[in-house]
Amino acid sequence: MHESDPAVQIAGLVKRYGDKTAVQGLDLIVDHGTLTAVLGPNGAGKTSTIECCEGYRRPDGGTVRVLGLDPVADAARLRPRIGVMLQSGGIYQSVRAMEMLRHVAGLYANPLNVDELAARLGLDSCGKTTFRRLSGGQQQRLSLALAVVGRPELIFLDEPTAGLDVQARHATWELIEQLRADGVTIVLTTHLLDEAERLADKVAIIDQGRVIAYDSPQRLADTSREQDAIRFEAPAGLDLTALSIAVAPAAKASEPTAGSYHVTGEITPDTLAATTAWCASLGLMPRNLQIEQRSLEDVFLDLTGRELR
Amino acid sequence: MSELASPSVRPLSAPGTFRPDPRPAPAVRMVLAQARFETRLLLRNGEQVLLAIVIPALMLIAFSAEPIGTISGGGSRIDYYAPGIIGAAVLSTAFTSQAIATGFERRYSVLKRLGATPLPRWGLLAGKSLSILMVECVQMMLLIGIALAMGWSPHGDPLAVLLLLALGTAAFSGLALWLAGSLRAEATLAVANFVFLIFIGVGGVVVPLDKFGHGAQESLQFLPISALTDGLRDVLQHGSAMPWGPLGILAAWTLVAVAGAARSFKWE
Repeated sequence: MHESDPAVQIAGLVKRYGDKTAVQGLDLIVDHGTLTAVLGPNGAGKTSTIECCEGYRRPDGGTVRVLGLDPVADAARLRPRIGVMLQSGGIYQSVRAMEMLRHVAGLYANPLNVDELAARLGLDSCGKTTFRRLSGGQQQRLSLALAVVGRPELIFLDEPTAGLDVQARHATWELIEQLRADGVTIVLTTHLLDEAERLADKVAIIDQGRVIAYDSPQRLADTSREQDAIRFEAPAGLDLTALSIAVAPAAKASEPTAGSYHVTGEITPDTLAATTAWCASLGLMPRNLQIEQRSLEDVFLDLTGRELR
Repeated sequence: MSELASPSVRPLSAPGTFRPDPRPAPAVRMVLAQARFETRLLLRNGEQVLLAIVIPALMLIAFSAEPIGTISGGGSRIDYYAPGIIGAAVLSTAFTSQAIATGFERRYSVLKRLGATPLPRWGLLAGKSLSILMVECVQMMLLIGIALAMGWSPHGDPLAVLLLLALGTAAFSGLALWLAGSLRAEATLAVANFVFLIFIGVGGVVVPLDKFGHGAQESLQFLPISALTDGLRDVLQHGSAMPWGPLGILAAWTLVAVAGAARSFKWE
């Protein structure tokens, strides 16, 4: 493998289950040392794609290369080098948390210090608890610990923060950020758009088995900046002509309900200055002035629709 | 309240801590670790210990001490019952325990998760087999100890006994993996326990096969449990040389079961 090769290279991946096609012609490239968040509605093909990378599923078409290797044919060489966190399960019900962590650590020649890893993830207090008696959040964190204990080059995390409380989610994010800073390549799936926005170098939005958008979270959100808005409240029935002229042509002013004003379109510092200057010229103080910028979530909903899956 | 450590004392926070350095442990170490791990989990499970150790030991004591059953072939009661119960112990560990454990490992994605570690698949199977052998050693030491204390005088070639135990273990393990690969975990649990009871009843463990009539005996002797108990009794009770008939039946079951297991076995 050459360092210049991507860590993950997926071209035209097809995966079918019976007559249902879960992945149809998916392309994705993940560079070394980056964090890629895979987003998509339920059933979009995220887990199928990840499991093809992990070697659990044999593609029905296309090619998958992970660290330059075929995940199915070269599984024996690939698996020691990757870390895997399944969406759920994977652990003996009757095993104690630390016992499981120690066992998996023992399968590697140079694992992380298990006591420190457990303490880092808040598992030290439940080390003697059997897996089935751990809380959902503790089970998730133990799964994450198992994925990283062998010092992998590349880790696949399938919904790593699902069901975690706020503290545990932040602790998980900090760990993931540190892994990335130390040079580990990370591919994670998530339903949390703020998680993707905070952590990811690149976001891949998958829908119906294809990547429909792929870019940095910032640039994905920027592509639809023309739908941002300034909102404020002021006495009803003001004459908007001067404001409309000042913010044109990129934006336009309106009063959708009495006393509530919107300037919508591409919001720039000039648009904001023009709006406040217009208020100043009338000698009034805008109340509840807000600038609404499109979030990754809005982009996601635009791209994948609002219907429930 | 959060159970997490406060950021000021957060361990493993030095830069470079997670710098990749993935290296598998040596294969032998992985297999031994897996075997120890599985044995520890199995011996912690109360039902498994009951099935593998307590029930065979109680059966041995009860049948040999009290005139509950009738024996055939002469000799003392313990000389008749010890080989049958040794066969039942192999059945409980290699077949029943293993089928149930593997069924639930599949159900909870344990096999899938272990498949993502450096432990190769052959290593997992080797670990499971070693774990069964360790439990069987515990069973044999206990049962042989009890039997000797009750006046058992075993005959025959220890090599023939070891060969019977090895082939019996292989056949039952193959059947266990076949079953666990074919059915859901709950169904595997039910079938494995049912087969255990049936085999104890009609497999020559405590009731001699000739009690079932000539026709039934002709068929029952081809069960793997009957072949194992027959063979063990031929050697240990009657001092026969190599019991080729029972060994042949067990070898045939092993081939069929391993082929079935290979076809049906799933890692998920």
